[in-house]
Order: sequence, then C-alpha cells, then structure tokens
Amino acid sequence: MLSLAELMTNREGFGAFVMGNHALARAMAEAGTAVITSYPGSPTPEIAEALQAPPEKSRPYHFEFAANEKVALEIAAGASLNGHPSAVFFKSVGLNVAADSLIQLPLMELPGGMVIILGDDPGANSSQNEQDNRWFARMSYMPLFEPATPAEAYVMYKEAAELARERRAPVLLRLTTHVCHARENVKFSELPPAHDWTPRFDAAAGPYVPITSSVFPLKRRALEKLDAWAFYGEKSPLTSVYKASQPAAGRRLGLISSGLPALCALEAVRNAGAPVDVLKLGLTYPLPAVLVSEFLAEHDEVYVLEELDRVLEGELKALAYDKGLACRIHARKGHGELMGELSPERARACLAGVWPKLFPAPERARREAPAPRLPQMCPGCGHRSAFHAIKRALPPGAITVGDIGCHSLGYLPPYNMGEVLFSMGHSVSTASGLALGNSARKVVAFVGDSTFFHAGMPGLVNAAWRDSDITLVLLDNGTTAMTGHQPRPGNGELGERLNLPAILGDLGVKFVRECDAYDQAKLDAQLKEAMEYKGFAVVIARHPCMLKFMRERRRANPALQAQHAVIDQAKCARHYVCAAEFACPSFIRHEDGSVTVNNELCIGDGSCIQTCPAQAIGRDK
Amino acid sequence: MAFNIYLCGVGGQGIGLLAASLAQAAARAGLPARACDTHGLAQRGGVVSSHIRLGADALTPLVPEGEADLVLALERLEALRGAAQYLKPGGRVLYYDTAYQPVSVRAAQAHYPTVEEVKKEVEEMGGQAEAVKAGEMRDPRMQNAALLGRVAALGLIPGIPAATIEEILAEMAPPAALEENLAIFRAARAQ
Ligand SMILES: Cc1ncc(C[n+]2csc(CCOP(=O)(O)OP(=O)(O)O)c2C)c(N)n1
Repeated sequence: MLSLAELMTNREGFGAFVMGNHALARAMAEAGTAVITSYPGSPTPEIAEALQAPPEKSRPYHFEFAANEKVALEIAAGASLNGHPSAVFFKSVGLNVAADSLIQLPLMELPGGMVIILGDDPGANSSQNEQDNRWFARMSYMPLFEPATPAEAYVMYKEAAELARERRAPVLLRLTTHVCHARENVKFSELPPAHDWTPRFDAAAGPYVPITSSVFPLKRRALEKLDAWAFYGEKSPLTSVYKASQPAAGRRLGLISSGLPALCALEAVRNAGAPVDVLKLGLTYPLPAVLVSEFLAEHDEVYVLEELDRVLEGELKALAYDKGLACRIHARKGHGELMGELSPERARACLAGVWPKLFPAPERARREAPAPRLPQMCPGCGHRSAFHAIKRALPPGAITVGDIGCHSLGYLPPYNMGEVLFSMGHSVSTASGLALGNSARKVVAFVGDSTFFHAGMPGLVNAAWRDSDITLVLLDNGTTAMTGHQPRPGNGELGERLNLPAILGDLGVKFVRECDAYDQAKLDAQLKEAMEYKGFAVVIARHPCMLKFMRERRRANPALQAQHAVIDQAKCARHYVCAAEFACPSFIRHEDGSVTVNNELCIGDGSCIQTCPAQAIGRDK
Repeated sequence: MAFNIYLCGVGGQGIGLLAASLAQAAARAGLPARACDTHGLAQRGGVVSSHIRLGADALTPLVPEGEADLVLALERLEALRGAAQYLKPGGRVLYYDTAYQPVSVRAAQAHYPTVEEVKKEVEEMGGQAEAVKAGEMRDPRMQNAALLGRVAALGLIPGIPAATIEEILAEMAPPAALEENLAIFRAARAQ
C-alpha cells in the first residue's frame, strides 16, 4: 500500500485509490507549488496530513500552519510576490477571516500565481453555517473552479496553478466536503525539477500600493483579467456535456450544474432514464457566455441545478434575456431546496418539481430512528472537568458565551453552557457587549487556546483596555483539538513555549488565575473569586487534550495497559452524578439502576473520582 | 446497479481503518469503487459513518438512504440507526456487539436496544442482522479486524475475495498491532 509520504515524493507517475484532499496535495507537488499555508478547519485538514507526511527535508515545498487564515493567506501572497507559486487552503468560514487581504489580491500582479482553496461545507457537516463562497468570486473579480471528484480536484488544481502563474493572478478552487473526503482511483504524473528560490519581488511590476490614484488602474487590470478568464472558459477542457442516451421525443430538455451537484443530477437523470442533457461547468465564474448560450439555444427548457444559493440562476437568466433566447429556464423553488447538501435523491425531487412524469418518487418505508447520539467530549477531557466546576460556580441568572472548539460541545446536554456562539474568537467581545449596563446578570465567556491566538486576542485586549466586567475562562488544552491536533503558537511544539499568564498580564489583564482543570476544589475557588471580582477576570483552566496525550503514550508504548475507574457497588448511592451530570461516556447505567464502567472507553484518568458525592469511585490498579 | 455499503460507528472507534480497508480491497480487486468518509475529524463521541459504492453507475460517493445492500456497524445502537436510515429491503446488517451508551440513555431518558431487539427490528425492515463478538482485546479498535474477518468469511461483498481483504489489512494495520489484528481477523474468518 502506498504511504502518504510516498504519495507526496514518488518522482514518477502512478495510480492510487485516494481521498480528494490527498489528491490535491499531490497536485500541489506536481504543479511545483513552492509555498503552501493553511489554518486548520474541516473539510480541509487532510491536505496538510499529506503535505506533512514526508520528513521536512524531503518535501519539495514549504508548508506551514499559520495563526489564522488571514495570516496564512498573506504568507502565501508574499511568496507569490517573490515569484514562488503558492497556495493557501482553509474552510468556508476561514474566508471571512482572510477576506480583508483576499479581496485585494486580484488587483495585484502575483508573479508566482496563487491558488486559494476553499473547503465549503453544504449541509454544515462540521461548520457553523453553510455559506456559499461562490459569491466571493463575483465580489473580488476572481475566477472560480469547482471540481466534482478527487480526480477532478487533482486535474483542476494543476490547470488552475499553471494558469495562475501565466496570468500572474490568484485563482479560487472551491471544493465541498464530500469532494474533499471522497475516495477514488486517480492517475498521477511525475514531479517537476527542484524549485528556484531566487526572490524576484519587483515593485515596478506593481503598483502594489492601492492609494487613491492607483485604485482605478488596478481595478481596470483586474476586470481585464476577468475577461481573459471568460475567454479561457469558452474552450476550457474542464467543461463536460453528457448527452441523454435517448433524445427527447417532444421538447428538448437540458440541465446546467457544476461540481458534485452536477453528478447528483446526472445520476438522477440516468436512474430515471430521463431524456435530459447535462452541461457540467468546471470554471463557473466568469461564466463562458458563448458556450452556455449555445446550450440554452439548443434546448427548449433548461433546469439550473445549484446547491445552496441561487448564484448561476440569475446570471443564466440575464444571459438568456440579453440574447433574446426562448429557452425556458427552471430553477429550485422554496426555502427547503435552498438549504442543505444535494444528493441524487434530492436532485430527483428538485427536477420532479418541474418534470414530474420524468422523475417519479421512489417508494420507501418510513422507519423510526433509535435514541439520538450527540457528539460529546472524550473520556478524560479537561473541558468536561472545567464545565463541571463552572456549572457549580455560576451565580443564578448568569449568561454564558461559548466559542468554537471541542468545548462548544458544552452547549449540549447535560452541561448546557455557552448559550451564544457567532464565530471563532467572538466570545470575549460578545460578552463585553452583554455586560454593558448590566449589573444584574454575570457574564461568563469561554475560549480555547488555539482560538485565543487565532482571533481572540483583539477582543481580549479590548476587554482589558475597557476593564469589561466579565469573566473569561480560557480552556487551554495545548492544541487545536477539534480539527485534529494541529500545533498552535506558543505551545512549544514549534518554537518557544509562551507563558499565557504573563501574556495576559502584559496585555493589561489585572485578574489572572490558572489551574489544572482536574483540580476541582482549586478551580471552584478560583472561578468564584473571578466571578465576584468587579472587572475583567481571566481563569486559565488547563489540562492537556487527553485524546492526543493517550495517543502519544500508546505510540511510545504499544503494550500500555490503561487503568480504569471502578465503582464500589456497596458505596454507590445512585446519585448518577458520574453518568448523567459529569457525564463521562465511560459510565454505563444498567436497567436495574446500577452503574458500572465501560473499560473500552475509560482511560483511567480519574477525573471523575472527585465528582462522586458518595466517594464510590476508585481505580482498578 | 451499484453495490452499496454503509459503515457506521461511534467517533473514536477507528471506522477509518475499516472503511479504508474495504475500499482499498475493492480497488485492488479491480472493482469500480467510490468511497467517502462523512465525519471529518470533528465527531467526538458522536455518530460517524463512511460510504462505499461499487459499480460503474455510482457517480456520487454517498449511499442513498434506504439503498444499502450491506450495513456494517461497530456498535449495537449504531447498527440499528444505520439500518433504519440506509438498509434496503433484503439487505444485510453485520455489527460488532459492543454498547456505548449515549447521554440520553445514561440519563435514563432513552432505551438502549438488546441484541434480540436489533435482530427483530432489522427483520421488520426486511433485512437480516448478525452480531459479531470476539474475546478480550488490548485495544477495542481491533474490533474492526473481527468485523472484517466475518465480512470475508460470509462473502458479503460480491467481487472481493477474502484473501484480498486479508492482504489489505496486513498492509494497512498499524505495524505495532499488525500480528494481533491478523490473528483476530483469522479467528473471525474461521468461525
Ligand atoms: C474561521 C474559522 N477557522 C477555522 C475553524 C475550524 N475550527 C473549528 S474548532 C477549531 C479549533 C479550536 O481550537 P481551540 O480553540 O484550541 O479549542 P479546542 O478544540 O482545542 O478545544 C477550529 C480551527 C472555524 N470554525 N472557523
């Protein structure tokens, strides 16, 4: 079996059954992309997994995780200014963080070219919304490529990177969750010769400074480049037409789509044996107007099947209107069809809305779903211990503000903490606002350590500056846990270990306490003191991510035998604090009311021991 | 028609190895295959799933609801959930019989199904369920290997020979756990 390191460093071509994210990483190496940056976020972290598989010295590229998406984007842009082909990747909402610099890039000459990879998440599988970043191509005058499969992601990346370099421009490559995570056979090619690292930045190739007088020339150039992309789109090899196997008897029917939704549509059309031709676009912005008008002209009715927002629909209708085409353009209707991820079945249902006879509904029995299983914090998670203490320390009526990370799960039962959440790093400032004019209800915010460095610091500086009357609990597990344990600044994995209490002190925070989240008595005292304090108070509740910790221990010692908690059945008074309030997943509640420990799950951390009111929990060794 | 396999379990059980082994085995056996993980990295203790579709007419990677020929689960409650949502009438369910209670069960608000209840409910769906159980394991993630062994023994996936599954497992299992995984696989296969 091909290892990920071999996938990245094999000099010759080969075929392999791989995930979209891994195919994309190989494409970067083959395209000679020299600098690649990112901030972690689903569905993209596996791109980094492949990029980081070979030892640093044998990588034909520089890769780094940056402190946030904007920083990552700027590093890649800087490299491209020097003539180094570059790429940056992040999740859908990462674009919001990067946008301030991203929006400027199409105005600039980027001699190395640059590919910006967006991991959009229709269906909000692992995101706080399902924002449709296709809009951003329009807003920023950037071309947009949309692959449907791992093999297409590989091909389109290489095409996009080459064109970006030729045109000294940034390009958007938009993947969606189930393109990133799909697996299929992909045929790869050889790697290019080693990259020439001569720094070639030339201010004369600019201007690079958009002061008033240069904004218009820059914008004109961006618009001209956009026209050139449209011209490319007319002949792009990334467009496909799938003719119906039998032609329509009456009206000629067609469908226009892109990405995975186009394949959902095609599957629905073939399953139904419907006489509908499918046009699948690869470059979806700017629209190849001639090609699309011809398709519209050749059909009497065309369905525009999109996922999420109505982006192409308006542009196609405008085009048909401008050209005076008689083609009837259909699109999705109702809010339901504008939400969630498409599937062949959902595509069928959309099409049945206008062509009911061609797309009859399949028969399916409705079945009842069993007890739900919500995600929960892992056994031994320090966040659980922190929430257990916080819940007890909160004064009545308190308002709790959550943030993004594993600790967002505190919102779910049984803790129900962190009742407001906008975006990464919002918690401190949102809490500051909730505290204004409010002396009646204590406001308590949570933030994780990676998020603190990502976008939490400005809000924290502000809260210290204004001495907001809030308590912040900084949940420090030493890593970016939720997205798969990427390093964060200052945890000592790369570079210097930073002293968080000292940083907070330097930023002007007067009340700082710190404690291991497992130490419930101490944490409880610190939390109460902080909540009684008038002004901005920070408690750092620290405990290493136990999932990462246990993995590392098992790697170091494969024969490691975990200890386990045991419940002394004679002492157990059936309070169910362990199983239902502290709620570690390792506890089993039996039908007879007794509680035992599931040794498959318990890691022997012992964080539960202090929480049993009957002191019935001990360890087995 | 494509042959559809829906795999599911609880975050942390190592469903990735199970799904990747079967998908790679299909690819090695020369079957047109598409697969997809749907859980990413972020499903701590929640439901995780993977999809495999075999056959040239599967253009998309996700198994349509109610159209799985085979549901493979790493946990009992998840076997029932997977079947309820994905199993097609006449399909098979094979699951490793371990029980991870969700919060609602631990708080006595919901019922956790017994082996008999799973069997009966799957029969009512027009399917057939079988529980797999092996002895004590050093690492519960090795339950994957037991499940793979039963899949191989029962020939549940047309076109993938048992030997190919074993070959892939031997290549994909973590080196430190290779011998144990193979032993568990072979014992389950011989059962
Ligand atoms: C703008 C943005 N970028 C990335 C993400 C993806 N993301 C979700 S949770 C998370 C990690 C948070 O890490 P940390 O704050 O340390 O909390 P932990 O998960 O370790 O508890 C990230 C990066 C996101 N939701 N939004």
